[in-house]
Amino acid sequence: MELSGAEIVIRCLQEENVQYVFGYPGGAVLNIYDEIFKQDKFKHILVRHEQAAVHAADAYSRATGEVGVALVTSGPGATNAITGIATAHMDSIPMVIISGQAPTPQIGLDAFQEVDMIGISRPCVKHNFLVKDVKDIAPTIKKAFFIAATGRPGPVVVDIPKDITAHLGHFEYPETVELRSYTPILKGHSGQIKKAIKLMLEAKRPMLYTGGGVVLGDAADQLVKLAHRLGFPVTNTLMGLGGYPATDKQFVGMLGMHGTLEANMAMQHCDVLIAVGARFDDRVIGNPQHFYNKDRTIIHIDVDPSSISKRVKVDVPIVGHVQSVLSEMNELLDAENRTPDTAALKAWWTQIEEWRGRNCLSYNRNSDIIKPQYVIEKLWEVTKGDAYVTSDVGQHQMWAAQYYKFDKPRRWINSGGLGTMGVGLPYAMGVQFADPKAKVACVTGEGSIQMNIQELSTCKQFHLPIKVILLNNRYLGMVRQWQQFFYENRYSESYMDSLPDFVKLAESYGHVGMNIENPADVEGALTEAFNLTDRFVFMNFITDQSENVFPMVPNGKGLSEIILAEDL
Amino acid sequence: MKHIISILMENEAGALSRVAGLFSARAYNIESLTVAPTEDATLSRMTIVTSGSDEVIEQIIKQLNKLIDVVKVLDLNDGRFIERELMLVKVKATGSFRDEMKRMCDIFRGRIIDVADGSYTIELTGSGSKLDAFLEALDKAAILETVRTGASGIGRGDRILKL
Repeated sequence: MELSGAEIVIRCLQEENVQYVFGYPGGAVLNIYDEIFKQDKFKHILVRHEQAAVHAADAYSRATGEVGVALVTSGPGATNAITGIATAHMDSIPMVIISGQAPTPQIGLDAFQEVDMIGISRPCVKHNFLVKDVKDIAPTIKKAFFIAATGRPGPVVVDIPKDITAHLGHFEYPETVELRSYTPILKGHSGQIKKAIKLMLEAKRPMLYTGGGVVLGDAADQLVKLAHRLGFPVTNTLMGLGGYPATDKQFVGMLGMHGTLEANMAMQHCDVLIAVGARFDDRVIGNPQHFYNKDRTIIHIDVDPSSISKRVKVDVPIVGHVQSVLSEMNELLDAENRTPDTAALKAWWTQIEEWRGRNCLSYNRNSDIIKPQYVIEKLWEVTKGDAYVTSDVGQHQMWAAQYYKFDKPRRWINSGGLGTMGVGLPYAMGVQFADPKAKVACVTGEGSIQMNIQELSTCKQFHLPIKVILLNNRYLGMVRQWQQFFYENRYSESYMDSLPDFVKLAESYGHVGMNIENPADVEGALTEAFNLTDRFVFMNFITDQSENVFPMVPNGKGLSEIILAEDL
Repeated sequence: MKHIISILMENEAGALSRVAGLFSARAYNIESLTVAPTEDATLSRMTIVTSGSDEVIEQIIKQLNKLIDVVKVLDLNDGRFIERELMLVKVKATGSFRDEMKRMCDIFRGRIIDVADGSYTIELTGSGSKLDAFLEALDKAAILETVRTGASGIGRGDRILKL
């Protein structure tokens, strides 16, 4: 029996065991939406803006490891999706985005709601496909899921013209994919791994620097085993938080522009650096010339060869899936039963503890005004460190990363690479669908939250019991901080005027709203909010306007040129 | 340093734009780019002439390999290779130029492939530097029009880029 292209799309998604499709209908995808209406194998989540559909699907993937799926119409639907796609691409999130397209005969004729989605998305996808024949739908979707999820993951766009979804064709979902031009390397080179082990065992000042690759590659267990066995200090990048338990004594905190003193100093002064699923980006190591140290040997494990020796020259590159490489390292260490240089390690830890003793994350706890750091610390306590925390982008993001101690991978959901304001609320939606019973906190600012505030409506429709933790300082805080430090207090357009009454706004969508203005009320309010297990609660914390994020490595400086709050 | 990179890629719509887009997005140089299908119609062979430090060239090769449509990449400069480019030059062929152009063409082993009252069209193949040398040798006033294909390259001996 022949099926329509639209039916084939639906059948493919079912074959991929897709549970949720986040989307928004429109002319070019009406055939597909008609088939969605007739099925009940997966659930469609209607968002209020296509950008939020992609963010929600992205977060669903971050929380579960599954491929996130979004469906948008052609033209403006497709362009609205682009920010979401670019966000996922920068953070290597596996996704399939299906976009409608003008009917084949009209492509190129400036048809209504036509945009060259293949061209416009090309720089921010892992790959994209334009389907030109109904018989290609199933093989293309199969390939899209395969490409999205394997190797270094990423978003894949499948652009389907409307007439193709109406044409009839035979449906058969391929069982396997053969792509002669795409064969991701999984296993690391054994010789290189042995070389790395030797260096690690001889190291005097070793350092494990791990990133989003450990989280995405489900290698947290292997990392913990390796770190515990060797006794090395561990730092995580912003994307890697939760890849190593933050409450573990070997964890020295996040590194980078707003990383801890101990992490950044250890990173700068180590003699053997083991980079795992991390990419030495500018927010992590600062200035590469300053970072360069001829006495440091770098081992770099990454699934993507192009991440190796891109910004920093690496001595021992190991291309492979981090989980596989770390497992092999653990096996080798088990077999050889050799131990690292314990005397040197002891001296190294003494030095690290001295840095740690500076207590670089201290802040004024006796303030009459709510300190944002305090809110995050209380959030951690009230949720017993077990919530999913999504964030937007800015100061609140850094405070959440610094003060919420993530012990499990896939709990910290944020836009690390692209730094997309507005992801917080749709991310929380995606996470809550992924784990309906979980505590989900969206830490945000009054600037970011307004970039996708319309999703309060989606949250109402699907009864999502998300808790919004708005750290409201009436400023675009990170912009204000840079203007204070680097633009002589000229606060150009960084004040958020005419804010809505967030409590009334939340209530108008049928949610619970809370204003919290006193430090003494923070813990009680959080407890009350999380006790409302079936309600969406919007918490508006009025926080200190002048608070800055410390430590800070100024842009273009080196890691050891770090500034602490006490320095100012 | 100048590098000639050979790419074997799927002969599919959009593949060229992926490569061109990669070069512009990452601010890599393209001096020339040529592409055409191979004897296997499902594959295209592209030759890119680019320049950059060793680190940049290494990144270019890695980034090219990362493109899903790219099957194989070879930096011809890693071994011995032959480079050829085709150029067509329309030159003035009036008065004293008429003999002069014929002589220059012979010296560079070119061929005159079109003759008109006032002009010759010369076909010349060789490495890019030979074609440059020919243009430099000509009187500037004699050159009416030039068109070059960009370089194609192939490894010497048993150095073969194939599936």
